Amino acid sequence: MKLTLWTYEGPPHVGAMRVATAMKGLHYVLHAPQGDTYADLLFTMIERRDHRPPVTYTTFQARDLGGDTATLFKTACQDAVDRFAPEAIIVGASCTAELIQDNPAGLAGSMNLGLPVIPLDLPSYQRKEGFGTDETFLQIVRHLAQPCVRTEQITANLIGPTALGFRHRDDITELTRLLAEMGIGVNVVAPMGARPSDIARLGAAHFNVLMYPEHAESAARWLETNFKQPYTKTVPIGVGATRDFLTEVSKITGLAPKTDTTRLRLPWWTRSVDSTYLTGKRVFIFGDGTHVAAAARIAREEMGFEVAGLGCFNREMARPIRTLAKDYGVEALISDDYLEVEATIAALQPEMILGTQMERHIGKRLGIPCAVISAPVHVQDFPARYSPQMGWEGANVIFDTWVHPLVMGLEEHLLHMFRDDFEFHDDAGASHHGGAHKPREAAAEAVPAAAEEAGSMPDEPASLDQAVPVVQPSGEIVWLSDAEAELKKIPFFVRGKARRNTETYAQTKGVTAISVETLYEAKAHYAR
Amino acid sequence: MNAPAPALGCTNTPVLKERGQREVFCGLTGIIWLHRKMQDAFFLVVGSRTCAHLLQSAAGVMIFAEPRFGTAILEEKDLAGLADAQTELDREVDRLLSRRPDIRQLFLVGSCPSEVIKLDLHRAAERMSVKHAPHVRVLNYSGSGIETTFTQGEDACLASMVPTLGATAEKELLLVGALPDVVEDQAMALLAALGITKVRCLPARRSADALAIGPNTVFALLQPFLGDTHAALTRRGARHIPAPFPFGAEGTTLWLQAIATEFGVDPDLFAKVTAAPRARAEKAVAAATQTLSGKSIFFFPDSQLEIPLARFLTRECGMTAIEVGTPFLHRDLLGPDLALLAHGPTISEGQDVDKQLTRARAARADLTVCGLGLANPLEAEGMATKWAIELVFTPVHFYEQAGDLAALFARPLRRRALLAPLAPDMEAAE
Repeated sequence: MKLTLWTYEGPPHVGAMRVATAMKGLHYVLHAPQGDTYADLLFTMIERRDHRPPVTYTTFQARDLGGDTATLFKTACQDAVDRFAPEAIIVGASCTAELIQDNPAGLAGSMNLGLPVIPLDLPSYQRKEGFGTDETFLQIVRHLAQPCVRTEQITANLIGPTALGFRHRDDITELTRLLAEMGIGVNVVAPMGARPSDIARLGAAHFNVLMYPEHAESAARWLETNFKQPYTKTVPIGVGATRDFLTEVSKITGLAPKTDTTRLRLPWWTRSVDSTYLTGKRVFIFGDGTHVAAAARIAREEMGFEVAGLGCFNREMARPIRTLAKDYGVEALISDDYLEVEATIAALQPEMILGTQMERHIGKRLGIPCAVISAPVHVQDFPARYSPQMGWEGANVIFDTWVHPLVMGLEEHLLHMFRDDFEFHDDAGASHHGGAHKPREAAAEAVPAAAEEAGSMPDEPASLDQAVPVVQPSGEIVWLSDAEAELKKIPFFVRGKARRNTETYAQTKGVTAISVETLYEAKAHYAR
Repeated sequence: MNAPAPALGCTNTPVLKERGQREVFCGLTGIIWLHRKMQDAFFLVVGSRTCAHLLQSAAGVMIFAEPRFGTAILEEKDLAGLADAQTELDREVDRLLSRRPDIRQLFLVGSCPSEVIKLDLHRAAERMSVKHAPHVRVLNYSGSGIETTFTQGEDACLASMVPTLGATAEKELLLVGALPDVVEDQAMALLAALGITKVRCLPARRSADALAIGPNTVFALLQPFLGDTHAALTRRGARHIPAPFPFGAEGTTLWLQAIATEFGVDPDLFAKVTAAPRARAEKAVAAATQTLSGKSIFFFPDSQLEIPLARFLTRECGMTAIEVGTPFLHRDLLGPDLALLAHGPTISEGQDVDKQLTRARAARADLTVCGLGLANPLEAEGMATKWAIELVFTPVHFYEQAGDLAALFARPLRRRALLAPLAPDMEAAE
């Protein structure tokens, strides 16, 4: 038993729903109690889908449990086939139905429904959503894919995009374009947009582009073994990764890695002098393993950030992410415990978080800017505009998205210089983010004197945006009041870093009381 | 004054009872508002990852503060042996209570998996109450989907508190149902102006606000879904004051009137106290009525508020009800509302969602009230919808909110009218 406040992943049957909802002509008959239909709103509300997910829930109640829940399942199954006329169905159980052991696979299999019935075995008490997508897609491919003749033109399948994915819709467009520039066609995109009949002809492609390993790696391996289709290992997010991807595709196909980079802007945007201020910004990266690995590379090699820490919530990716972390000289955080992620970020005091919807909340609490790079996502992460992560346009989008939460270059300087200006002080936050203008109150001006008298900082009004105290005594180290006052003069977007650096410096020097001297010695020590 | 009651109401209308797939939340969802209402309570769901995911998704947004609810997620090893699960639960609760010393009431909330494996949360609650007394009181109820629908979770929660209430012989009024504090305060002020001052609320905002009941307690319900709580209070000797529910100017007046009659309030005083807020409510409702009048409405079952709301919308806003679906029809509580709802609409109980969708598509009401899973798909078919969940998450009771309540229904229609020039391009993008 484990206490959980917020979760990064839903149960595995939600993963199966993501696959089913992405496809067309497939129906999911889910043995589940009343209430599990909540999952529909993930798709209709968060993703703004205009159709109900193709899921029939058997909706058993307590009074059914002593009786015949198996018949209930069979009736629901028959009704779904009659009403929705799917080309194939997937059948399975949610967590509660798993306990009553009705064996949906056996029941549906015995019904002579006249269409392929694909059973799913998704252990709800061991695995999570990511496993659910990968396993469901694997089973669909195993049951439906047929050996077929390769297409005359060199073609690829794009596999992995699901419903509720982070920018999957637009990544498909971007990749299709990249492949077209090399003269490669797309045979099937799956699961998103594919029908069961499309899955049947997966084997006609010359290779597979594995877009999101967490959703389709098992299927990619199965297709490699059974249809001798190689699959790409590089996820083309970021400039370097996209180049590597094209090279990999070139090796697989023998075609030249032709590409049109006239639309690629990230390299110039990041090299132009306005971006100088991005140098060495300390970022913490967290999300699903695929997006974290891509983001780490972009952060270091393409934005000039320093990766202060990284990790992922999906244990399936623990090993590669740990290896990656070593390369970056940090320790990987592999956890789906929201409070642990928050504590890690609070301790590291990065200048920016690249995370998920969950880290956006953490950032808001801690007063640290955050850009979203990975699922889980919320309604604002499904923009109306074209907004891929992959390929050249993806790189442009990423530059904009990551820079937007930060205080802009020149503004950063002005805040350093005029931080005491009553209208343009640092508590007001980045000027392009809107929000009410917060003039500095007269009372705030009295703070230094009060602080001297009291010997420590007076309590700041605790607001959500400002939940981090200026000074949080950690361990044995004490801040002398003049040092505290000096720290407060440092603008908000670097204050956390300054505090942490100073304390680390003090610790290494065996200093237990931090003075203004210590603060500036630490500043000199960490100068870069 | 109030419009006369219809010659033929829905009291004896035959009910279309259906069962099949239900597009509703389970009772755990009530935690989303209950944990904000009871400020020293923590709700610990004993369930699966699905339960945790539901709570997170149903809330729509996460709450920045650390929430006063969580899920003890059952794992493979808990399912293997039940004794083990009790020990594990003790450990998690000890850890939680040591980290949150501000918690005075802990609710162990049963879920579908905990009910199916018959994890005895009642015994666990008794054991923990002894262990953590007097600082923390531990109660249990079930919010499982196999037993409860959406708002029934609040009913189960409140009913679980009734046996623990103290005893009194005083003549007191108990208001039952979790309302936003601001609305509750308005109700208290109105009752005080009527000279009724011995009033308490269940749930209380803090556990220290001790409640007591007895044979001289009379109680009024604020929500129509509190059937089990009604039964539990009746068993303790308290007496229910039947009335229409306090939605709209008329509903609020009739609800107050029933209480005033019980307490022998002078009719002149009643008229004096209610005249001004009632006029304000009627004025505010009239603004929305311009949009709503003459329009038809179709309710999918959701919160059990459907019948009182249909009564409000048909009698005060000029709408016509085509179908009023409710997850559960509690005639004892809804009698006064059913009598006021003019004969005509289909009254349905339970759900077979696909059959009901067929009826809704055939009816093509001007406004369809439904859950979040259905709203966008129906909009994409060209039907105007109102999310039912907003009716539970928004202050809508009593005079001062009557206009807001009507506006919730008018807004989707006004929005469609505003966006009419875009109509040819309104195809949903996928």
